[in-house]
Amino acid sequence: MVAFTLNGEARTLDVEAEMPLLWAIRDIVGLTGTKFGCGMAQCGACTVHIDGTPTRSCQTLVGDVEGANITTIEGISGKVAETVQAVWAELDVPQCGYCQSGQIMSATALLTETPKPTDENINSAMSGNLCRCATYHRIRAAIHEAAHRLEA
Amino acid sequence: MLQFRFDTRDLKPTRRDFLLGSAATAAGLVVGYRLMMAAPAMAQETAGEAAANPFQAYVEITPENRILIHSSQFEMGQGSYFGIATLVMEELDGDWGQVDVVGASGNTKLYGNLAWGGAFQGTGGSTSMTSSWERYRKAGAAARGMLVAAAARKWDVPAGEITVKSGVLSHGSDKLATFGELAADATAIPVPTDVQLKQREQWTQIGSDQLKRYDSAGKTNGTQGYTIDVKLDGLLTAVMIHPPKFGATVGSFDAGKAKALKGVADVVQTPRGVAVVADNMWTALKARDLVTVIWDESKAESRGSTDLLAEYNRLADGPGAATARNDGDAAAALASAAKVVEARYEFPYLAHASIEPLNAAARINADGTVEVWGGHQMPDVYQMAAAQVAGTTPDKVRLHVLKSGGSFGRRAVADADLVVEAVAVAKALGPGKPVKVQWTRENDMRGGRYRPAYVHAMKAGLDKDGKLVALYDHIVGQSIMGGSPMEAMVKDGVDPTSVEGAANLPYAIPNVKVELTTTKVGIPVLWWRSVGSTHTAYAVETFIDELAAAAGRDPVEFRLSLLDAHPRHAAVLRLAAEKADWGKPLPQGRFRGVALHESFFTYVAEVVEITMKGDNDFSVDRVVCAVDCGTPINPDQIRAQMEGGIGFGLGAILQEELTLTGGVVDQENYDTYTPLRIDQMPKVEVHIVPSTEPPTGVGEPGVPPIGPAVANALRAATGQTVRKLPILKNLSV
Repeated sequence: MVAFTLNGEARTLDVEAEMPLLWAIRDIVGLTGTKFGCGMAQCGACTVHIDGTPTRSCQTLVGDVEGANITTIEGISGKVAETVQAVWAELDVPQCGYCQSGQIMSATALLTETPKPTDENINSAMSGNLCRCATYHRIRAAIHEAAHRLEA
Repeated sequence: MLQFRFDTRDLKPTRRDFLLGSAATAAGLVVGYRLMMAAPAMAQETAGEAAANPFQAYVEITPENRILIHSSQFEMGQGSYFGIATLVMEELDGDWGQVDVVGASGNTKLYGNLAWGGAFQGTGGSTSMTSSWERYRKAGAAARGMLVAAAARKWDVPAGEITVKSGVLSHGSDKLATFGELAADATAIPVPTDVQLKQREQWTQIGSDQLKRYDSAGKTNGTQGYTIDVKLDGLLTAVMIHPPKFGATVGSFDAGKAKALKGVADVVQTPRGVAVVADNMWTALKARDLVTVIWDESKAESRGSTDLLAEYNRLADGPGAATARNDGDAAAALASAAKVVEARYEFPYLAHASIEPLNAAARINADGTVEVWGGHQMPDVYQMAAAQVAGTTPDKVRLHVLKSGGSFGRRAVADADLVVEAVAVAKALGPGKPVKVQWTRENDMRGGRYRPAYVHAMKAGLDKDGKLVALYDHIVGQSIMGGSPMEAMVKDGVDPTSVEGAANLPYAIPNVKVELTTTKVGIPVLWWRSVGSTHTAYAVETFIDELAAAAGRDPVEFRLSLLDAHPRHAAVLRLAAEKADWGKPLPQGRFRGVALHESFFTYVAEVVEITMKGDNDFSVDRVVCAVDCGTPINPDQIRAQMEGGIGFGLGAILQEELTLTGGVVDQENYDTYTPLRIDQMPKVEVHIVPSTEPPTGVGEPGVPPIGPAVANALRAATGQTVRKLPILKNLSV
């Protein structure tokens, strides 16, 4: 049994402690916006927020999040997240879209921590999120645009 | 991908003939049609035939007033659904808020790719807009006409007095109806045979820079579903154990311990390996570790990539086995040339490595029908393959065509590998037990179907005035078509996908010979975003740059002097050069390079700027891209595909390489197979050539020029062309 808060809701899952959080979220809870890409924290598609920190859920054991506050793409909210999502759609950032849940989780965490990120800040916060469609050019533009709007 | 069309003289492209013809062969998949190089106009010539009811075939108006467009073309991120919806909406005058697009399948006559003569449904070769240009505009116009006719009948007013705007039909101020309200009546109206399409100057959707993708929101909030997200009652998850070497088969396996694990449903053999089936992915993965398999490697490929490339280099020293182009007398012209330049290129295997690892879900129903959910890029072939594995007929197979998390060619496989695997597992489990086969990243990386490794041996001759008089290119590598159900496309020993981009190089050179030696290797290969041009563009465009230098000429001016017969090539080159300030001085340490390439009838030139940061270190800072893809349909998506193609191609050329040791793939995951990341992505500017030519594709053509443009910038900086890829591994100054 593992208990934590998921998207604001208390959850108790009857799973083994060594199950990766990714599979608990996807297969046990049934929230599929968090994606499987590599299983070894190389691609970032599985990024969720654990107590506000962007974390690779494929390399996080569910037993280690007892009592934690977990947010997935389905539960992300607030001014920063909503601005990021809106700008993402306005700039037509996604192509296939598969990695974008993870990109948005990382971008939202970045802008929450660093409201006016430099290109270097973006590189270090986002380089763990692979996009095989290489939408990076627009991801960078969208982060700058979101920062600009949030500042206003 | 496929830059060909079926030769319609030899075929009767009906569903029945297609199925019978293929069922008559042992493999059940052989598509014995002859294929030829095509021009985009071909699709327009064959588009006239259909007068299918658009409401049944292409546009569904639901009672809830939704516009559901049935797309013949697969969506893997490249925007084909949006492009097709744009064509329909231009003529239909609906509201974008009503629109959704779903993947169609199961009717070649309706959904066959018109760029391939309509002979089968499939997405590749950047043909989606070419195939859809007439078909979906006509469908939209016919649907609009039928809605108007239904309203005219209902209201008893002349059709000509009815206006349609944003999904609402009206007459005067008192008569108003939504599409949804008229849909049932409209379906019964005779299909118009002479629809008038809008004139170019009437367009509000096609070519609009204001239009945004209708499907972005679901990709920002987690609601967009992919095959990995399929939800079915009782759905099981299967993970695969594949042989470590290609061509090995299961000798025996012991699943005793795995089956004892709670949540494990079964462990079954499939044509390619062993599937471990469980309630969820984690249980399946745990159980997989408990299965032991003894492989029969007697027929396996055990060579490594270093051995193979050494062998290719030996073969490249000799004459080619087949000739793909032979203008004039290249050998004689080389013998008498004042200056001969030679170059040898090596290209590694490349993996598609889409972030959604390959998958498919299948269920055998109690009535014997079969359903398969997946990223079905070649639906007709997959339907047949599923039928064959399930032991039924194709009409009993229903495909659910889902959007995929990338593909880059990998989901268009003639032997339907994922579909076969999913149906085989579903069959073993029995009726009523849906199962999703979900490859891990390691399965995906080691699963084969790579861009083949190639060697190019090139020679060129310049006369005493620096004029290019001869070019010779001997290409050595595996065939994508040969040994596949598309074997019939290999003509006189030449697989066109091995030589495209070299055999049709545009430069005016009096003596050109392109030869091909096809190797037999047991490593499965496939088209990879821009196919042959992934290597031919690099070889040709870096070599041309060296020849310009050897002739003492500017790279842009030298190319232009050889392009009198190819104005569209010349125009994109001029545009890119102008926008990139070609010829103007750069700050110290910064260098430019240029490349030009046509693939799939789309013309792209790219100028890059790099900054040298040390002897063997550099960054790619800026790319200026000019593209001519005929009539631009979605300008912002053209830009998006150029940007993405540049990033995809740049990662490959800089640092992607799939190697094998003793037949075993060395890379398993993104730690060792390394696509581009955001910190390496240059600024990209895209300039679209205005055009009234028929539209061509943009999914692939942005890829080929980036590699040679970067290599040419590096040569400008260092004096050396990197001829063995990837660049970062082989760059030494």
